[in-house]
Amino acid sequence: MRVVVFVKATKDSEQGALPSTELLEAMGKYNEELVNAGIMVGGDGLKPSSQGKRIAFDGPSRTIIDGPFAETRELVAGYWIWEVKDMDEAIAWARRCPNPMPGPSELEIRPVYGIEDFAQNVTPEVAEIHGRTRDKLAGG
Amino acid sequence: MTDEDARRAIEAVFRIERARLIAGLARMVRDVDRAEELTQEALLVALSDWPKSGIPGNPGAWLMATAKRRAIDGIRHEAMRERKHAEIARDLDGDRDTTVERIETAMDDDIGDELLSLVFTACHPILSADARAALTLRLVGGLSVEEIARAFVSGEATIAQRIVRAKRTIGNAGLAFEVPRGADRDARLASVLEVIYLIFNEGYAATVGEDLTRPLLCAEAQRLGRLLAGLMPTEPEVSGLLALMELQASRLSARAGPDGALVPLPRQNRARWDQLLIHRGLAALKRAEVLGGADGPYALQAAIAACHARAHKAEDTDWAGIAGLYDRLRVVVPSPVIDLNRAVAHSMAFGPEAGLRLVDEIAGAAALRHYAPLPAARGDFLFRAGRLAEARVQFEEAAGLTQNAVERSFLLSRARSCDG
Repeated sequence: MRVVVFVKATKDSEQGALPSTELLEAMGKYNEELVNAGIMVGGDGLKPSSQGKRIAFDGPSRTIIDGPFAETRELVAGYWIWEVKDMDEAIAWARRCPNPMPGPSELEIRPVYGIEDFAQNVTPEVAEIHGRTRDKLAGG
Repeated sequence: MTDEDARRAIEAVFRIERARLIAGLARMVRDVDRAEELTQEALLVALSDWPKSGIPGNPGAWLMATAKRRAIDGIRHEAMRERKHAEIARDLDGDRDTTVERIETAMDDDIGDELLSLVFTACHPILSADARAALTLRLVGGLSVEEIARAFVSGEATIAQRIVRAKRTIGNAGLAFEVPRGADRDARLASVLEVIYLIFNEGYAATVGEDLTRPLLCAEAQRLGRLLAGLMPTEPEVSGLLALMELQASRLSARAGPDGALVPLPRQNRARWDQLLIHRGLAALKRAEVLGGADGPYALQAAIAACHARAHKAEDTDWAGIAGLYDRLRVVVPSPVIDLNRAVAHSMAFGPEAGLRLVDEIAGAAALRHYAPLPAARGDFLFRAGRLAEARVQFEEAAGLTQNAVERSFLLSRARSCDG
């Protein structure tokens, strides 16, 4: 199964504090372990929400909201995509992650929907659109 | 945390460490069977200790230390018993002490390639390909005998026997549990890649039974491929194989329709192809090519899969490119099956007559005598050339040859479509 593991934001990450050399080293080793175990399929760190934008939808209206955003605990500072046998394995891997922040912090593991979960709503037209998108993503 | 939660958490931690434990222990005790036992014993200790003490900060090191202690205890115990029975106690004692010493030295000797050495041992060419696959899934993948048996549509007793025999063969051969170097290395690596691809293919194109795909085997082979690519980042064919598996696996969920019927590539819903896997596959292929491996057998097959992955509609497929890749592939890996696929590619690029010409050249090959895809392909060429009556005969012949129920019904429906 595929999961996304979110690194939740903290005051430090929102202030753009960069990880220490020690943390970079520990995280580098951890990522290497994930790769060598064959479970890591992607991931990145995110810049603080002050550099982000939100687009709010309400019917036809679109409102652009500049960061930073409040409710820090609900924001995301980074993510991985893992392929694991089950949630137990994801938890076991998440437990051994070095604390990604200087203070208390959280990881959140969320299983991913596959397009097959939406199969009944995928018409040939929708399929074509998704096919084009995928093609561009894959750099073909 | 309930007892059940604790047990599952501990087992999940154990699954992560298991292969490395077996690998390290096998190198120490020079006995893969004993290594597996010791690993299991360490799990039992963890299951009784950890619910009280909590999961240790470095669970791998904890499990390894526990297993090693038991290994040394076992050897001392055996030495004591033998001393009681033997007159030559002094000599024996000397031997055993050396063994203990060797284990204790090995405990501190973390050279980091245990896992790789276990993969190379489980895939040693002295074992048959089937034995290698079963042993690799058991030791490296951590699958149970029951899971392996189900995946290979085989009896549990058969698989258990196969694994026991494989371990015995390895024991008798006195293998060193090392990553091969020098002249040996290429042949041994080829044997490893062959097994991983065999596992993948067994899952991808089930030849027996009703299930078109057995996803567990594909997932396990991909995991092995990624693991190997992580451990051997400069081997182009490792990246080539990984690329091939990622690209083929990207189409897994699009291969079976809602009724379980096989959906051929041109008619697959490409929105269901897995974008992340395609992305990873193309990246791995690029790595193989950058490492100078563009003409490796796996890299070439991956390049063919990439041509499909890049076409967002079936009509956009670069068939001339694929035909050219097959022309190169058949030089590297001469095989009638590849020649047949080459004929299909040429028929798509240059018309059904081109396909028929190529297929006639190889029709006599012994390997293709009862091979369903041969008449299926010829049927398709004839159909597209408007020779419907001849096509029908070919589709019916193919349906009679295939072992896969889903594929058979697909071929029979093609035969019926020749009447219209």
